[in-house]
Amino acid sequence: MPAQRTPTDVDSDAFERGLGPRNPPGGGLGGGAKPPSEGIWRRGKWAIPLSIIPLLVLLAYGFWTDPRAIPSPLVGKPAAPFSVALFDGGRLHLGDLKGKVVVLNFWASWCYPACYEEAPVLERGWQTWKDRDVVVVGVDIQDTEEPARKFLKQFSITFPNGPDPTGKISVDYGVYGVPETFFIDRAGRIRKKHVGAVTDDVFMREVARLLKEGS
Amino acid sequence: MRRAALALALLLPVLAWGAPPPGAVNEETVRQIAAQLRCVVCQNLSVADSPSEMANQMRGIIRERLQGGDTPDQVMAYFVEKYGEWILLSPRPRGFNLLVWTLPFAGIGGGLLVILMLTRRWSRRTRERPVAEPVDPATRERIRREMTELGQ
Repeated sequence: MPAQRTPTDVDSDAFERGLGPRNPPGGGLGGGAKPPSEGIWRRGKWAIPLSIIPLLVLLAYGFWTDPRAIPSPLVGKPAAPFSVALFDGGRLHLGDLKGKVVVLNFWASWCYPACYEEAPVLERGWQTWKDRDVVVVGVDIQDTEEPARKFLKQFSITFPNGPDPTGKISVDYGVYGVPETFFIDRAGRIRKKHVGAVTDDVFMREVARLLKEGS
Repeated sequence: MRRAALALALLLPVLAWGAPPPGAVNEETVRQIAAQLRCVVCQNLSVADSPSEMANQMRGIIRERLQGGDTPDQVMAYFVEKYGEWILLSPRPRGFNLLVWTLPFAGIGGGLLVILMLTRRWSRRTRERPVAEPVDPATRERIRREMTELGQ
């Protein structure tokens, strides 16, 4: 049955209308609101969403940036000198490699899959460029000897490689994870830091760039 | 004599703490520096709190640098030079970073101000409330009529 308005309904509507809106919409607090108090609430309605916008922008910015991508302050600075005892015996001093382009790679045998992906790339690069003033150097960090040697054997790594048992080389290069690769120019300056597995493209591009510079 | 011995017993740890033998490194200083540095392989852990091998090595480097005669500030500067300010767990109150230090206090201050303003406004309003609105004669008559109807 459709709602039929009874006289009572009409009356009560009229009653409400007659008394007028005591509480203006949104101004309910305190009752009997007077015009000035309406103002603050009307303005408040906008202030709350508006104040959220800067927070959202900040949040969006935070989500867009990669927390793992930390800009290294070392790019452009001289590469810290170090000396490493090689797995194959003997020592390697970075200072002895002045005049050559050095690809310094920090890795670990437990770093799967990234280090396993880039190992063939580095060996390939070494084989291709070793006769053209390029040296690839591996530094094994946060590792134990046995799995490290197994890793080198698995990928038939022939470029010089040694451990960093005290972590000093790692900290000197601001390493915060593996793998990380530094491209050092002939003058011994760090020119590029690559975080994550090195690809053939990156290796080729950086080495070619640094070789072209100072020959 | 007994009193002197007691005084010495109380003072000894203070003296020992105040003047460590030359060459020895105060482990507390190492811990204090480590607590301000971010463990680079962890998420939100200081070098002092992390059990990781990397943090262990970093503590070793702190110790060694102190032994070598570096001041705690120089040790911190070394890590900042290598990793950037990212390595510091609390950003330095400088430049843009200053916002991180001042914004919370500004927020609290602003919030208190709003609360103060609102409570004052509300209390003023309740005081003014007793002023009755005049009811027009027609409505008054209707109320009276309906009340008597209800009463029957």
